[in-house]
Amino acid sequence: MVGLEHYLILAAVLFSIGLYGALSKRNAIVILMSIELMLNAVNIALIAFSRYIVPLLLTGQVFAIFVMVVAAAEVSVGLAIIISVYRYRETIDATKINLMKW
Amino acid sequence: MGISIAFWILAVIGVMAALAVVLLRDVFRAALSLVLCFLTVAGIYITLSADFLAAVQILIYVGAISVLIILAIMLTREVQHGSTSNRLQIPAFLVAALFLGGVAFALLNTPWPVSSAAPLEPTTSALAGLLFGEGGFILPVEIAPILLLAAIIGAIALTREK
Repeated sequence: MVGLEHYLILAAVLFSIGLYGALSKRNAIVILMSIELMLNAVNIALIAFSRYIVPLLLTGQVFAIFVMVVAAAEVSVGLAIIISVYRYRETIDATKINLMKW
Repeated sequence: MGISIAFWILAVIGVMAALAVVLLRDVFRAALSLVLCFLTVAGIYITLSADFLAAVQILIYVGAISVLIILAIMLTREVQHGSTSNRLQIPAFLVAALFLGGVAFALLNTPWPVSSAAPLEPTTSALAGLLFGEGGFILPVEIAPILLLAAIIGAIALTREK
C-alpha cells in the first residue's frame, strides 16, 4: 500500500534531480527547466501532506495553486531575461554571462 | 491496489523523465522529457485525489510553460552546443545526493500524524470555497493577479525592441 512516505520520497528524488541540474548546467534554459522540476516536486509534497494529514481541509492544494501562480510568473520573466541576454550577448551560457559579476 | 500500481508506474516514468531532463545532451529532447515529467506529475496528483490540480497542471505546465520553454529554445541558437555541464558537476552531484540523503533520513524518521479519513472528492467546489469564501485565502487570491500582471509587463518590457 502506498503511503505518505512514498510520495515524499518521490518528491525528494525529483527535487534532488532538479537541484543537480540547476547547479551543474551551462545552458540557462536547462537551468530554468530544472527549477521547474524542483517546483513540481514541492507541489507533490504539499499535495501529499494535504491528502494524508488533513484530507478534508485541502490547505496544501491551495498552497500548490499559489506555487503554480508564482512558477508561471517566474518562467515568463526568466525566459524574457534569457532572450534579452541572448539578443545582446549572443549566448545563454550561464558561465559566460557576467554582466552583474563583481 | 490500483492506486499503488498507478503510483509506481507514474513514479518510475517521472523519475526517468526527470533524469533525462538533466542528462540528455540535446536541449530539445530534454524539454520534451520535461513535458513527459509534467504529465506524470499530473497523474500523481490524480492518485492523490487532487482532480482539479491535475487539470490545472496539464493546462498550465503541459500546455503553457512547456510551449514557452520550447519557444525560447528555438529562439536561441544554443541548441547546437547542447546541454553541457559546467565545472561544478561533481560538487553539484554531491550536494544533491547529500540533500536527498538528509531529507530521506529526516522524513523516514518522523512520525507523521497520518489521518485515516477518506479524501474529499471532487475537490473543485471545496477549493473554490476555500479560495473565495469567508475566512479563506481571498487576500492572496487578490495579490496573485497583481504578481501576474507585473510579470507580464516585465516580460514585455524586457523583450521589447529598442
